Amino acid sequence: MNIVKKIFLILTASLTLGLTVANAADETPDALIKRISQEVLETAKADKDIQSGNEGKILNLVEKKILPYVDFQKMTQMAAANNWDKATAAQQQELVKQFRSLLIYTYSGALSQVKDQTLQYKSPQYNGDNDVIVRSQVVSSRGDPIQLNYHLSKEPDGWKIYDINVLGAWLIETYKGSFRSEINKSGIDGLIKVLVAKNAKLATTFVKKKSS
Amino acid sequence: MKRGTKLRTKLSMNLPGALVLCLLSGCAALPEGTQLSPADPFERMNRATFTFNDSVDQNLFQPVARAYVNVLPGFVQTGVGNFFGNISDVWTAGNSFLQGNGEEGFNGIVRVSFNSSFGLLGVLDLASQAGIPKRRNDFGQTLGVWGIPNGPYFVIPFLGPSVVRDTVALPIDYYGDLWSYYRPVSEHNIGSVLRVTDKRAAYLDSYTLLEDAALDKYIFIRDAFLQRVANQIEMRKNGRTMQEDAVEMQSDESGPAAAKSQKDALPTEPATEMPAEVK
Repeated sequence: MNIVKKIFLILTASLTLGLTVANAADETPDALIKRISQEVLETAKADKDIQSGNEGKILNLVEKKILPYVDFQKMTQMAAANNWDKATAAQQQELVKQFRSLLIYTYSGALSQVKDQTLQYKSPQYNGDNDVIVRSQVVSSRGDPIQLNYHLSKEPDGWKIYDINVLGAWLIETYKGSFRSEINKSGIDGLIKVLVAKNAKLATTFVKKKSS
Repeated sequence: MKRGTKLRTKLSMNLPGALVLCLLSGCAALPEGTQLSPADPFERMNRATFTFNDSVDQNLFQPVARAYVNVLPGFVQTGVGNFFGNISDVWTAGNSFLQGNGEEGFNGIVRVSFNSSFGLLGVLDLASQAGIPKRRNDFGQTLGVWGIPNGPYFVIPFLGPSVVRDTVALPIDYYGDLWSYYRPVSEHNIGSVLRVTDKRAAYLDSYTLLEDAALDKYIFIRDAFLQRVANQIEMRKNGRTMQEDAVEMQSDESGPAAAKSQKDALPTEPATEMPAEVK
């Protein structure tokens, strides 16, 4: 390929990249949710490995496409509620790490069950300029449509998801009760231990499926 | 003598009321737990029932539901779901009217008429495809909309999570369930088993998800359930279910200003065409 063509290609590529980066920063929250949901759903439906339950691939998909837009620190802080301030910095860090793993495993499990679902969107609800609920529902061939809403906040590097609502129940709100109960029973370290054990168990189920 | 009888009558008249009030405020014998949730004073009893239900579910309902899913062809399962869904639409519409939501009630009537006639007694859910969404409603929610508080969390044997108000409303739901009037009894029973199995089959996948996600299944289900009940009643009280759903994203631009103006504008017509779908 001659040098002019090469330069032209490089220029076009960098322009496109530049444009995408600029767009990502300006992206509205519901456009963001639509985009990443569409990407993830399409990949999940098209990839035979994912359809047959290759959790390793699903985990990769989630880490690449979803994680950059989730604020796990905020999620963990909310779930821990009053107990967050009582935790040391090391405990806080460990809590975020473990809760993050748990949520990733859970979400990947949900993705592995995607078959013929489609998504429908409703108008987002803004709470001021920096907080929004993006509302959608999952429609499948069996059962009623499932309400699925996302709570996002505007942070310096873009909109980030910090809570998910399934069928009327906010996930982090639901975890608050579990966190509180564990901390009351065996302290913050006890909660961390429970999370570690749970993640270990979830990891083995994934490995089993991968090898089967 | 007269005064004593008067007193006794007064007490006997107030006793059922007092019992209901007592149940609603959760003054039954408190279980000993680590930390009691104010919404769940019956926790010890509920946990026992929950464990029992879980065991029955794992050993009976789940295997039957799995067999149902694996053996019956997909369209048969859909047909079963639609048939009983159509029957429940009648009671749903009734409750919509009781809650003062005429639009939703009317839509329910349209659903039932349409599906029962053109949809072959409800086996085909043509109304949903025509854009009339399916709703779920029961007398417990009606009581909630009328202002009666939930009452404590209560796990019903076999049936699962509930709150005291909805449990009390169950007999009335049974009264409003058309299938309960079906005769002969043998066919009625087969139908009931099919209905329960089909419902259980719809949640098979989400149950494994739940087991993955929850640290303590009992607490997780309880907290999610209570949120859901509150959310349902909140939505119905505001009469939002129909209106808000009709306001769909039409344009591509969706900044706060655009979304706000959409929220403020009255919906001119219900969204009968498919909204922006992501396949």
